[in-house]
Amino acid sequence: MLSENVFVIGAGETKYGELWEKSLRDLAVEAGLKAIENAGIYSRDVQILYGSNSLAGIINGQENIGSLIADFSGIASGNIPAVRIEASSASGGAAVREAYLAIKSGEYDVAVVGGVEKMTDIFGNEVLDMMSSLLDREWEAFFGATPAALAAISARKYMKDFNVKKEALAMMSVNDHANASLNPNSHFKNKITLDQALNATSVAEPLNLMDCSPVTDGASAIVLASESYLKKNKLNGMRILASAISQDYLALHSRDSIYTLDSTRIAADEAFKRSGLKREDMSFVELHDSYSIYGLMELEDLGFAKKGEADKLVEEDIKLGGRLPVNPSGGLKAKGNPLGATGVGQFVEAFLQLKGKADKRQVKDARYGLLQNMAGTGSTSVVHIVGGD
Amino acid sequence: MSGIVGYGSYIPKYRIKPDEIARVWGEDAENIRNGIFVLSKSVPSPDEDVITISVEAARSAVKRAKIKSSDIGAIYIGSESHPYAVKPTATVVSAALGCDFPLFAADYEFACKAGTAAMQNVKAMVDSGVIKYGLAIGSDTSQGAPGDALEYTASAGGTAFIIGKERSIAEINGTLSVTSDTPDFWRREGQPYPSHGERFTGEPAYFRHTLTASRLMMEKMGTKPSDYNYAVFHQPNGKFPTRAAKTLGFTEAQYNDGLLTPYIGNTYSGAMMTGLSAILDKAKPGERILAVSFGSGAGSDAFDLTVTEEILKMDRHAAPTISDMLADVKWIDYAVYAKFKKKIVLGEDVE
Amino acid sequence: MGELSRIWRESEHRYRLMGNRCGNCNRVFFPIRAVCPHCHRESIGKMKPMELSGRGEIVSFTIVHDTPPSFVRQRPYALALIKLDEGPVLTGQIVDAENDSIEMGKRVRSVFRKIGEDGKSGIIQYGYKFVLE
Repeated sequence: MLSENVFVIGAGETKYGELWEKSLRDLAVEAGLKAIENAGIYSRDVQILYGSNSLAGIINGQENIGSLIADFSGIASGNIPAVRIEASSASGGAAVREAYLAIKSGEYDVAVVGGVEKMTDIFGNEVLDMMSSLLDREWEAFFGATPAALAAISARKYMKDFNVKKEALAMMSVNDHANASLNPNSHFKNKITLDQALNATSVAEPLNLMDCSPVTDGASAIVLASESYLKKNKLNGMRILASAISQDYLALHSRDSIYTLDSTRIAADEAFKRSGLKREDMSFVELHDSYSIYGLMELEDLGFAKKGEADKLVEEDIKLGGRLPVNPSGGLKAKGNPLGATGVGQFVEAFLQLKGKADKRQVKDARYGLLQNMAGTGSTSVVHIVGGD
Repeated sequence: MSGIVGYGSYIPKYRIKPDEIARVWGEDAENIRNGIFVLSKSVPSPDEDVITISVEAARSAVKRAKIKSSDIGAIYIGSESHPYAVKPTATVVSAALGCDFPLFAADYEFACKAGTAAMQNVKAMVDSGVIKYGLAIGSDTSQGAPGDALEYTASAGGTAFIIGKERSIAEINGTLSVTSDTPDFWRREGQPYPSHGERFTGEPAYFRHTLTASRLMMEKMGTKPSDYNYAVFHQPNGKFPTRAAKTLGFTEAQYNDGLLTPYIGNTYSGAMMTGLSAILDKAKPGERILAVSFGSGAGSDAFDLTVTEEILKMDRHAAPTISDMLADVKWIDYAVYAKFKKKIVLGEDVE
Repeated sequence: MGELSRIWRESEHRYRLMGNRCGNCNRVFFPIRAVCPHCHRESIGKMKPMELSGRGEIVSFTIVHDTPPSFVRQRPYALALIKLDEGPVLTGQIVDAENDSIEMGKRVRSVFRKIGEDGKSGIIQYGYKFVLE
């Protein structure tokens, strides 16, 4: 069986935030070109392009994202394949995995993944209705469910069943903001106190504004290449040691447990098995903490804590200098959550960390990182394990 | 002979007091309470309308009747606040009950007596053998213009009766109507609130029709007021039905059980029928009821009923009784009331 | 405006809680499934329609403050996962209750309510919500 090792050789991204001057295509092109430049290759070297995006169809009225990105990146004349991968908020991770498989199979040597989301082109609470398309429209969103409401429903039961205090959830957000304050591309640059995190405006009880990732514009892109391409061109990069994806019921109400993310648990087990690494080998993790409660659930389902016990990690372990630094980028809460870009952005962060280029938020001696990207309330999870060489 | 084989009512849980309405419009609450004898009125929540009220009332009626929805051969629903101007309430109610595709159905309008007109029609269809059971509903989420006297009374609620020949708990001994062209109260197409003739709604309208229909009914049946255990009338406020009852010679003991407007306001098409529902909640075999509705425009429908032994076999608590619903209350102020009743208009992008 | 057949198609399920049951393992589903996720092909052709009672208990709930536009008039509203007595869990609003009286494990029953409307001139959408028993 042909099986190429796959590396990330370049990464680039826009600032994350409310980027009023920039359009969907502006963002995608900016990130893509930065990644290609960072990789030290030329656009003509790219053999396949994966665009990842979640909501452009309803927010921006634009589908056909693969063509759009290829066209405005100036590579339409190269006539390379360009498709969009959609798995709602896990689009980014899913797109990287498709690129990974394309290279691993030996079919392609160089692929670009560009994730983009332009969310602020719609105003008012209408974006909330559109974001609810990540859920089961007919049987969740139709009846008044929003992503935050379902996260809150999980949170309430989790907190009761495991006697976990709201402070533990808040600490996830405090940590995200602390790290984001060191990330020049993050949506938020401010640190928050535990008190601020606990006393923000209620969104869906028991979750408040500081438990919820913001509405973010942004794009992130990476260049992937085969090991043989790296050798031939004397490049180096970050190796993708394992890529796993798993699926669960679309609607939260169909699952056996509302605080166990089976898709994350199974993808993580698979990723660790394939990489041959252990949990304690990880130098950092980038979690899909679209809501603070998911940060705790994910730490558990990824195998870093027993179910109901992730709160033991939030005081010290998850900090930048802790035993298991979580979201050195600032995470979804504070770096931001531009859905289709989010999962690709995790690779951008890992690339910087493993190259030792993460500046003030550099994790010491970073060797391996775990990246977890998730759709909606956990219907899809993508877990990647990456390493320095 | 046919009669009522199942009944059910629905009154929204939210209530507002006249004091609260009077406070906003600078009127004397004491005067209002005494003048029209209304102590509170029901208010539909933003997710309630004539369709939801009709469905809830109909489901209660089906539960008490212990029949299958597929045995219902006709659905007629009277209201002056059908959610659609064109698209019958009856169609949604039939789907919500799970009735069969072959079904007679229509919506009726005759101000506050459209529901009792539906009862007469369904009874006729049962008597003639066209259908086995028919469902007649009177239901409204009535509108009173802000600041208008109607705002103190216009409320929400509805009652459903299943009429059939078998196992009827109250035989309908007879029914009749009076009709005239009397412009006491109306709403033109496209207008959000009704208009009314103020004091003109009294003598030439409510009283002439209600009293005449009542007298004709008793004449036809050969009865007098003392032959009835209960009398219930259309009740646009707490005063009119009491005066009508006394004028006819009924006592408080006879009309009290069916008089609900002081507590829930005027449920329009649901008013007399819900009063009758309250009587059926407690009636005993052999008791006789005179029930007379009034619809502006104008007309009255009168019914003479006798409660049968079958009522003892019915589990009247299979569905909420009127007294259950009178006790289950959430009070709101005028601001919430205005929000619920869409008197506060939201932005175009929102609603 | 434009939501029509998509809404109409589900009306029986939303009006009457029509689910279905796998004739192979007897598990009950809501919303209906074409195939039982436990019996797979063994269930094909054996999924039977079943009207659910609407009675059940609250698995967990939230009070929603940040609402989609069409729910603004009801803000804040309670949204819950309800485990029906027949087995399926579904998502729905809890109405007519003081929000602080709602608790996990409390019994509820379904009621017929308006869920939304397609603008001022479009169709009105109806379905289930729940009240405390």
